[in-house]
Amino acid sequence: MSALIKFLKKVEPDKKKSPFLHTLYDAVFTLVYTPDHVTKGGVHIRDGMDLKRTMVMVVIALQLCYVFGTWNIGQQHFAALGLYPGVFDGLHLKLIHGLIKVLPIFIVTHVVGLGIEIWYASKKGHGVEEGFLVTGALIPLIMPPDIPLWILAIAVGFATWIGKEAFGGTGRNIWNIALLARVFVFFAYPTEISGDQVWVSGLDAAAAGAGVDYGWFHLSFFNGIFDSLGWATFDPSATVIDGFTGATPLGLAYSGGWEAVTHVYSVDQMWWGDIPGSIGETAKPLILIGAVFLILIGIGSWRIMLSMFIGAAVMGLIFNGWGATPFMQVPWYYQFYMGSFFFAMAFMATDPVTAAGTNRGKWIYGLMIGALGLLIRVSNPAYPEGWMLAILFMNMFAPLIDHYVLEANMKKRLNRA
Amino acid sequence: MPLQAASMALIWEQPSTLTVVLIVIVVLVFFLLITVGNSLLQVRAKELGVLHFANYSVLPNQKDITGKSQTAEDVIRLRKGYDIKLKGSATSNVESIQVNSVAVQPTNVHGIAPIPKLEVAIGDTVKAGDPLFHDKNLERIKFVAPVSGEVVEVRRGAKRAITHVVLLADKKPSYRTLNVPDLQTVDREGLVEFLAQSGAWPLIKQRPYNVLAGLDIIPRDIFISTFDTAPLAPDNNLVVAGQENAFQQGLDVLKKLTPGKVHLGLDAGGSGAHEAFSKAEGVEKHWFQGPHPAGNVGVQIHHIDPILPGEKVWTLGVQDVITVGKLFTEKRYDSARIVALCGAEVKNPHYIQTVQGASLKELLKDQLIHDHVRVVSGDVLSGEGKQMDDFLNASDDQISVIKEGDVLELFGWLFPIKARPSISPTFLSSLISGTTFAGETNTHGEERAFVVTGNYEKVTPINMYPQHLLKSILAGNFERMEGLGIQEVVEEDLALCEFICPSKVHVQQILRQGMDMMIEQE
Repeated sequence: MSALIKFLKKVEPDKKKSPFLHTLYDAVFTLVYTPDHVTKGGVHIRDGMDLKRTMVMVVIALQLCYVFGTWNIGQQHFAALGLYPGVFDGLHLKLIHGLIKVLPIFIVTHVVGLGIEIWYASKKGHGVEEGFLVTGALIPLIMPPDIPLWILAIAVGFATWIGKEAFGGTGRNIWNIALLARVFVFFAYPTEISGDQVWVSGLDAAAAGAGVDYGWFHLSFFNGIFDSLGWATFDPSATVIDGFTGATPLGLAYSGGWEAVTHVYSVDQMWWGDIPGSIGETAKPLILIGAVFLILIGIGSWRIMLSMFIGAAVMGLIFNGWGATPFMQVPWYYQFYMGSFFFAMAFMATDPVTAAGTNRGKWIYGLMIGALGLLIRVSNPAYPEGWMLAILFMNMFAPLIDHYVLEANMKKRLNRA
Repeated sequence: MPLQAASMALIWEQPSTLTVVLIVIVVLVFFLLITVGNSLLQVRAKELGVLHFANYSVLPNQKDITGKSQTAEDVIRLRKGYDIKLKGSATSNVESIQVNSVAVQPTNVHGIAPIPKLEVAIGDTVKAGDPLFHDKNLERIKFVAPVSGEVVEVRRGAKRAITHVVLLADKKPSYRTLNVPDLQTVDREGLVEFLAQSGAWPLIKQRPYNVLAGLDIIPRDIFISTFDTAPLAPDNNLVVAGQENAFQQGLDVLKKLTPGKVHLGLDAGGSGAHEAFSKAEGVEKHWFQGPHPAGNVGVQIHHIDPILPGEKVWTLGVQDVITVGKLFTEKRYDSARIVALCGAEVKNPHYIQTVQGASLKELLKDQLIHDHVRVVSGDVLSGEGKQMDDFLNASDDQISVIKEGDVLELFGWLFPIKARPSISPTFLSSLISGTTFAGETNTHGEERAFVVTGNYEKVTPINMYPQHLLKSILAGNFERMEGLGIQEVVEEDLALCEFICPSKVHVQQILRQGMDMMIEQE
């Protein structure tokens, strides 16, 4: 162990000559070793919990979504081709196809985001803050699998630079960084993140008869390996089967209501996440496991999660009562089977920096997101999903909610006489 | 009749929607009427000046139903907070140590100028109770020698501020004779003058902001907490044993200083309260139960009668009250203190009978297991870290010694090797109740901006928003600081927030900064 310390001390770059490298080194060093800082003034003993551990716990809660998302990219790809319908059929092909899609997204997100983060930290002369650990883990999960990497790079750059560093860094941003990256793609390159064409990867087009879009990794690298093992290989001549549209449940629900949805996808399929969508947001049970984990360890706010659920349920009931369009007639409880409600609830709305900071404020904040999100989902023709916009909108109002909660507390205190 | 019965049966068997709605409305209106009547009754009771107006109600309260009689001494149960269970709590044997070196530290008191006016010079001999110095603007408040002996040193710190006046104690103490007034006949002014001259005045702390009590201030109330819930805190039941008379005498003196009440906070859980506390006369008693900081006087004030902007209250420790009482029972300034020597780095944790401002080096002689330790005058949350050649702070009744934690730990943030206290269930040790920790001074992480919200509230049994208070201090927003309750807390009340903070924010330091800003504004 001391050999490792010696090695790390030996390779330490000079702080003045290369501040960027030194900040990078510092980030790695504090990741390997908890610093030997001691308390000074104030308390003499400190809780073992720090921001690194807090953030990493969220990343751990996301791991099931990563595993499932990787598989599901392959699953949807082969479903479009009419191949390997079973869960474990062609597992190696599904996972490899998923990894070929996920890994570049993950790497680009981190290179761009962490690069900006480290550069700013070196300019300001402080350590790299841990906020990007979670942001970097969230962004790949909310992107479509075929997102062009250059668009992703610009989006992540925009979110970290304008959304976070411009406001002063971790803990000071107004909007959720991960959602800011997504909303950037949504408004700047809408065709890449909406419609029926983008949710199933590796196809020339989401239409019957279209060919597959395999690259060097598929055809030369992995096919070579699989061939030598005698396993099934990627078939470059496969075509999309008849009747495939690539539509997501939400798209179907908008046009034809619940009947149109169940015509294509079964309720079980939607619950377990075997549907096209963003990479990590489809498997409801796995997301809920993450949510329960976050609540149990006291990091995710159960207040926000519960109130967001209530808000969405109430809004769903109102729409059921109104029933003007087919989408409004979808029974309120089925609204939770479609789209990314649970992912938004567990990991996006609960971001402590951008959510309301007071416990009472969190209830209002969650209720509003739930109600607004469903409102947008059901009544917005351009894009039938609302959580991203609802959360960003309420992020903006979170300080105002807190302000009124604090005002009430202040009033109570001053009126006690 | 049979027809009617049949129609009734029909209604019950197949209630129409209208019937159900009507029944619901009737029930709602009934409860609405009761609630309105209840509120009107309480409003009237409040107008008439009934103190516990919430007790006046048309509805039976829980106690009426369960049959327990309502007493004046209801237990206030606090749920929020956290007990840091450390190793090395003091065993109940008391060792008497006569120290040679004793110091009076002007820095122990907030609210006086950094360079007080000395009344003695190096080489002078003084008796216990003789004045050593006073603040330039508060000439009447004397800071006195806790022991008799020779003035040997005046230590100075930054900007020539006087930090210590060091005395070499006599083997046999001699006391300055005091002109003690008769408590029955003396008026408040005379009593104040006597306390200021006798040296007992600096024992009285004034809230808001925990400063030296003002001579011309008439406090709304005086609050005393008779138990301490801080980590490894001394047991005041043991301290007060044998001093019951002096304690009661002290309370009688304090009663004369305020037109309000003297409030005593008592321990309803754990070891209970000594008879000196539970049978104290002429005071209001309040029972508290809950984890730290339930024993903090600030928390108790909040639940008894909160401090409003513009109001002033005074607080004292149990041993301070005893010192005040002994001015009258023994006619001298008795600075004796029972101090808990505790912590995992102490060989034999126990109590010590010594004096205010005793030398730490002498108290800790042959007591430490290792050299590389943090010596704290007070508890590990809000005490002051001291060098070995330093002295016990005047109002502290505890010396905690824990290990210095200046070591690198491989993946310490992810897989800690040693158990550490934490409120987070992500640490296995925090899930096993009864685990005690050695504790060390490592910060377990670097300082960051505020990120996590809502966790300060979990350990603050006061209806306030500590994180927003800190933010308003950092922003210098006076109105907000006052509105969010800065006058209700001092450092020790928010010390747990600093302990649990995952961003490692210096909560107490920021709060002190805010309090100093508020004092300047006045």
